[in-house]
Amino acid sequence: MEKVFGRPKGLTNVEFAYCAGCHHSIVHRIIAETMDELDIIHNTIGICPVGCAVFMYEYMSCDMIEAAHGRAPAVATGVKRVLPDRVVFTYQGDGDLASIGTAEIIHAAARGENISVIFINNTTYGMTGGQMAPTTLVGQKTTTCPAGRDPKVAGYPIRVCEMLATLDGPSYIERVCPTSPAGLAKTKKAIRKSFENQIEGKGFSLVEVLSNCPTQWKMNPIESFRWIDENMTKWFPPGVFVDR
Amino acid sequence: MATKKLIKGNVAICHGAIAARCDAFFGYPITPQNEIPEKMSELMPAHGREFLQAESEVAAINMVYGAACAGKRAMTSSSSPGISLKTEGLSYIAACELPCVIVNVQRGGPGLGNTLPGQADYFQAVKGGGHGDYRLITIAPWSVQECYEFMPLAFDLADRYRNPVMVLMDAIVGQMLEPVDLHENFEIHEYPKPWATNGARGRAHNIINSLWIKTEVMEGLNNRIQAKYAAARRHEVRYQEYRTDDADLVLVAYGSTARICRSVVDMARDEGIAVGLFRPISLYPFPEQQIADLAASGRRFLVAEMSAGQMVEDVRLAVNGSTDVYFHGRTGGAVPTPTEILNKVRAVFGKPPVVSHYGRTEG
Repeated sequence: MEKVFGRPKGLTNVEFAYCAGCHHSIVHRIIAETMDELDIIHNTIGICPVGCAVFMYEYMSCDMIEAAHGRAPAVATGVKRVLPDRVVFTYQGDGDLASIGTAEIIHAAARGENISVIFINNTTYGMTGGQMAPTTLVGQKTTTCPAGRDPKVAGYPIRVCEMLATLDGPSYIERVCPTSPAGLAKTKKAIRKSFENQIEGKGFSLVEVLSNCPTQWKMNPIESFRWIDENMTKWFPPGVFVDR
Repeated sequence: MATKKLIKGNVAICHGAIAARCDAFFGYPITPQNEIPEKMSELMPAHGREFLQAESEVAAINMVYGAACAGKRAMTSSSSPGISLKTEGLSYIAACELPCVIVNVQRGGPGLGNTLPGQADYFQAVKGGGHGDYRLITIAPWSVQECYEFMPLAFDLADRYRNPVMVLMDAIVGQMLEPVDLHENFEIHEYPKPWATNGARGRAHNIINSLWIKTEVMEGLNNRIQAKYAAARRHEVRYQEYRTDDADLVLVAYGSTARICRSVVDMARDEGIAVGLFRPISLYPFPEQQIADLAASGRRFLVAEMSAGQMVEDVRLAVNGSTDVYFHGRTGGAVPTPTEILNKVRAVFGKPPVVSHYGRTEG
C-alpha cells in the first residue's frame, strides 16, 4: 500500500514540547516538509529564537544555531554572507522579532539580505508566562496589562509586514492565517515560496504566521482559532504585502 | 620581499587580519577605531573576503557569531562604549566555544567618555566583561608592528582554544604612525571545524547552542571552558622585560603606557636609580608567576595605567602582599608624562619631584 502521510525527514525523532493545539508544531512541520520537498536539509542552516521555539534546534534535522534574544537576523546575516550557497532561515516570535530584535529585522530587510524569516505572531510572550507583547491587541489582557492593553500607557501593536513593506529591500512579505484548511494551505505555500525565493537569489522574504497561544490566552485550541479569526485578523489583515 | 610602510596602528590591524586569512569583518563606526572599518571595506573585498557595516555593535558581534558558527575566521572592532554593547554576544560566543577576534581601541570613559586614549576597559577585557564564567584571551600591542603581528596570533589563539580573543589597544596605539614591516612570516594553521553549522551533508546535524537546562550539563560546559583557561595560563603567557635584572623598582605597564615607562626607566637610570620595566603582553592569561618571582627576589613595583587602577589589582594578587606595590594612574583621556611617572619613582626612593621649566612641580 502506498504511504501518503508520514513524518517529514526535516524533523528529528524528538517529540515537540509545545502545548496541545499550539501553532508552533504545525509551522515546524511545514518548514520540515518544505526542506524535504526542495531537498535542502543537508544545505540549510536554521537560526532559532529565544521564546517558546528556543528548543527548535532539537526538532529540525538541518544544522541549527541558537541565537541571543532578537539577534537571529544578524546571526543569519553572518552565516549567509560567508556561505552564500546555503539556505538560511530564522524562526522568531513577536517579542523576539518585533520588540528586542526590531533593529536587526529592519536592517536585514533593508539590506535585502537573502534569507527567509518565519515570524510567529501570537500577541504574547508565551514562554515567560503571557506578558504583553509588541503585537498585543488594544484591550487584550496579559499578565503585565491585566486590565487590557491601554494605548495611552503602552502604545499600539506593531504591524510588522506593513512596516517592512515600506522598505525597498524585501522581495517577498506575506501574512498568513492558518486557522482553516485553506489558511493552512496558504501558509505552506508562503513558507515554501520564501525558501524558493532565497534559492533563486531574490533576497529577503518574511512570512508572518498569525498564531495562537491556548495556554496563555486561557482558551482551548478551537476557541483560540476563533479568537485569531475574530480579533487578530482585524488588526493584522492577512495578505501579500511585497512580491517582486 | 619585506615592505616597510608608515601606517597607523588601526591600519596595521587590517593588514594583519588579511595576513591571518580573516574571512569576514563586521563593524560599526566609533572613534578612535574608524580607520579599521574604513580600511577593511577596501581590503576585504579586494581579497575576496566579506565586509559588512552592521546597524549596531550588537548586530556586528552577532554577525561575527553567525560567521564563526559557519566555521569561518571572523572579527569585529570597536571602542569602549561599543565593546560594552558587544559583551552580550561575547558571552554567547564563549559559551558556544566559537573562535573570533575583537579589537578594542580604548577611549576615555566611563559613559560616552571621550575619544582620547584610555585603559579603563582592562577589567571588562580580562575578567570576562559579560555575564557568566568566561574569559577573553587578551593581548595588548604597544607598537604598530605588534598591531600587525598580533592579528595572526589572535586568530590562531582563537581557533586553538575555540574562544574569543581580544586585541586590547588604546587611542595612541591605534592612531600613531610607525614604520611597519609587513612581512608574511606567519605560519597560518588550518584548524578542522567538524562542529561548524555549514550544512549537514553526509553527517548528523550540528547544533550550536548555549542553552543547557540540566545542571550537570551546564556545569560540565563550565568545567570544560575553565580547563581551557587553565591550559592557556600554562601555555599562553606573554611578556617583555627591560632592565629588570638589577632593578630595585619594576614599572608594570602595557600598551602605550609601557612605551612611556620605557623612557622613564632610562631617565631614572641616568639619575642612578635602578628601575626596570615589566610589560605584560598577554593580559589574560596574566603573567602572575613572573611577577611573583620578581617580588620574591625583593623587587618593588610601580604600576602605571590610564585608569583609576585596574591592572594594579592583578599585580597585587600576584605579589600577594610580599612587597610594596605603588600605583600611578590618569583618566579621562589624560596621558601620563614621563616626568610625572619619574616623580612617582623619585618619591618611592625618597627624592623630591623634578621641577618643570615653568617652575611648577609636575605630576
